[in-house]
Amino acid sequence: MTDTPNDAAKTPRGTSRRDFLRTAGLAAGGAMVGAGAKAASPDPLITEVQPYASFLGEGVDATPYGMPIHFEDHVVRRNVEWLTADPISSINFTPIHALDGTITPQGCAFERHHSGAIEMSKDEYRLMITGLVDKPLVFTFGDLMRMPRVQHTYFCECAANGGMEWGGAQLNGAQFTHGMIHNMEYTGVSLRTLLNEAGVKPEGTWVYVEGHDASSNGRSIPMEKALDDCIVAFYANGEALRMEHGYPVRLVVPGWEGNMWVKWLRRIGVHDGPIESREETSKYTDLMPDGRARKWTWVMDAKSVITSPSPQVPVSHGPGPMVITGLAWSGRGKVTRVDVSVDGGVNWQEARIAGDPQSMAVTRFYFDHVWDGAPMFLQARAIDETGYVQPTKEQLRAIRGLNSIYHNNAIQTWYVNENGDAENVEVS
Amino acid sequence: MSKCRNLLASTALLTLGAVPALAEPLGIGRAALPEEVAAWDVAIMPDGRGLPQGGGNVLDGEDLWIEQCAVCHGDFAEGAGNWPQIVGGLGTLMDDRPVKTTDSYWPHLSTVWDYVNRSMPFGAAQTLTGDEVYAITAYILYSGGLVDDDFELTHENFTSITLPNADGFFVDDRDDVELPLFTQEPCMSDCRAPVSISARATDIDVTPEFPIIRFTYSDGSAPAPAPTDTVEEASAEPEAAPAEEAVQMASLDPALVAAGEAAWRQCRTCHQLGDGARNGTGPQLNGVVGQAAGHADGFRYSPALIEASEGGLVWTEETLDAFLENPAGLIPRNRMSFRGVRSEDERAALIAYLMSYSN
Repeated sequence: MTDTPNDAAKTPRGTSRRDFLRTAGLAAGGAMVGAGAKAASPDPLITEVQPYASFLGEGVDATPYGMPIHFEDHVVRRNVEWLTADPISSINFTPIHALDGTITPQGCAFERHHSGAIEMSKDEYRLMITGLVDKPLVFTFGDLMRMPRVQHTYFCECAANGGMEWGGAQLNGAQFTHGMIHNMEYTGVSLRTLLNEAGVKPEGTWVYVEGHDASSNGRSIPMEKALDDCIVAFYANGEALRMEHGYPVRLVVPGWEGNMWVKWLRRIGVHDGPIESREETSKYTDLMPDGRARKWTWVMDAKSVITSPSPQVPVSHGPGPMVITGLAWSGRGKVTRVDVSVDGGVNWQEARIAGDPQSMAVTRFYFDHVWDGAPMFLQARAIDETGYVQPTKEQLRAIRGLNSIYHNNAIQTWYVNENGDAENVEVS
Repeated sequence: MSKCRNLLASTALLTLGAVPALAEPLGIGRAALPEEVAAWDVAIMPDGRGLPQGGGNVLDGEDLWIEQCAVCHGDFAEGAGNWPQIVGGLGTLMDDRPVKTTDSYWPHLSTVWDYVNRSMPFGAAQTLTGDEVYAITAYILYSGGLVDDDFELTHENFTSITLPNADGFFVDDRDDVELPLFTQEPCMSDCRAPVSISARATDIDVTPEFPIIRFTYSDGSAPAPAPTDTVEEASAEPEAAPAEEAVQMASLDPALVAAGEAAWRQCRTCHQLGDGARNGTGPQLNGVVGQAAGHADGFRYSPALIEASEGGLVWTEETLDAFLENPAGLIPRNRMSFRGVRSEDERAALIAYLMSYSN
């Protein structure tokens, strides 16, 4: 049993949590060197020459495009099989519990497809603008590359993120309760630039955007938003979009629900009203207690979650200094403040925000805490530049009931027991 | 649209200067030809604009439904497995478990037509004619009890149909209803009475298995794993593969079979294997290797595949390889709408995996 930090987390798929705990327990025992931080015997990792300190490592030609080192194999997207009928029209979850910083690597950023991720080359790519325009146009990928480019970092959150938690605490892990989100730096062309090429007629008040995939599920977007900050993006985090994120071209609709961020963007139709497609009527509408439903609930409200500690990353040390960290975001602008509570919302303290928060992008927060070893009820609460304060689940339920599925931005509670184990709970 | 104006007002300062100002068009791109617009601009609006001329009746729709839709949505649109129920659930929208269907929830018939036309059947989208979409839409209306069995839906009577929940939606009112409550100065201390746990996810136990991340500390501090975990550890046994499965795979390269199992993900939406495998969108494939094409009892094969079977097509490693590489190349007009597997290694792995179920 090695005691390389975090090595034990490299649990093969299918190994149970119990098996893991057993090996982890051994690791902890082997590394036990006594309280007071005084070593009983010299650490062989220091006193003995390790293989990597003597032999040679890999050359520069070994990995033309690298994957994370295998110790990080557990930091992967995971899905919840029972959520959907099959894995093609389905969703998976970003391992937010194991990431830090703000940018989500494309390779582990959540995916949502309605007919699977398709393979389409840049040469095959076509984009059409139709409808109430002076000139219906066709663009190739190369055409887009000749237009003035813009660059922004934005979060993309599925409206159903947290949707399984309306009725009560259900999924045990930040990845599963809050992992339908990613945050990337996009490079592309402003949608406004493209619409200007076609010339929107005065009666064109909406656009309808749809994809090349077999579902071609489309969404209607009011012209004000289309002309404001939407991006027809082809790069993310400095490289081409990954296939599962819409290669070669996707739409970015800052601050608004992820379903509108159409991947493999095929057509932009200009209309005098909304299409009222399946994705904006039967889905992505919020059923209220009176049996009626809210529609056009596009904006993602302010939200936060503590990513560590959380059920997948418990407190594995004893009492003393620790870092509580998480993510906060708002579709209405910048996150200006995040508060953390360790007692379930009785008392709050302001967390440190890392870096400069950007509008409609994910913000990282840190809360440096000295744990006394007693159980904790960890909560975070985001506040954005409009003064919006992330609500409790009770506050949301009082208005929306239990059946709205979408837009659950409630405060999350992790219960951390005296052993440091964390679990998803509701408190009263 | 007041929300949009508000949003514009609050973000205008941020975006001004970030995007190049509107200018004269750059002259990039080319004019879309009418045939191209017709091919792609198929969206239907709630008032029926965009519908093609034509129609279809309930009885034709029923035949199409059984052939194209019933495998996922049930013979009577009641749903199958985890796939959506299409009709029923009227009056359940205030229940604990609302049933949201075309007749209980969807506001517009245009949405049904548009969605069937563009996205269905799952795995074979855009293969229905306009008249077939009218017929299937008519059958859905009939299944929901909204029309009689002699009904024909056409572009002319389309907008005369109003779905029961047409008035069940209202525009997002969060700005009016929620913002006043959620923009108050937050409490920082003694905000509520001490809390206790009222619900826990582990009681429901529906979370997939995941590894726990723990670290090593120089002071050796590490709390013992929770007692329940320790107890369960003691009784944990390594997972052993069933003996019969081991025998069955004995003559196959286990690594190849494992690779095939991974590649199988792209097949399993339509095909099933193993105990209890049933026909779905595609036939169940137990024992397919070595069998004449069209082996699955009760599956509605395409005329093209039946013809190939009658012509003596047997699924050997060679014929399967050719079929998997290019399904339409080996059997033109067959119904397996699948792009094919480009990698020879992946095809070999898939065939090995199929063979592991073909003793």
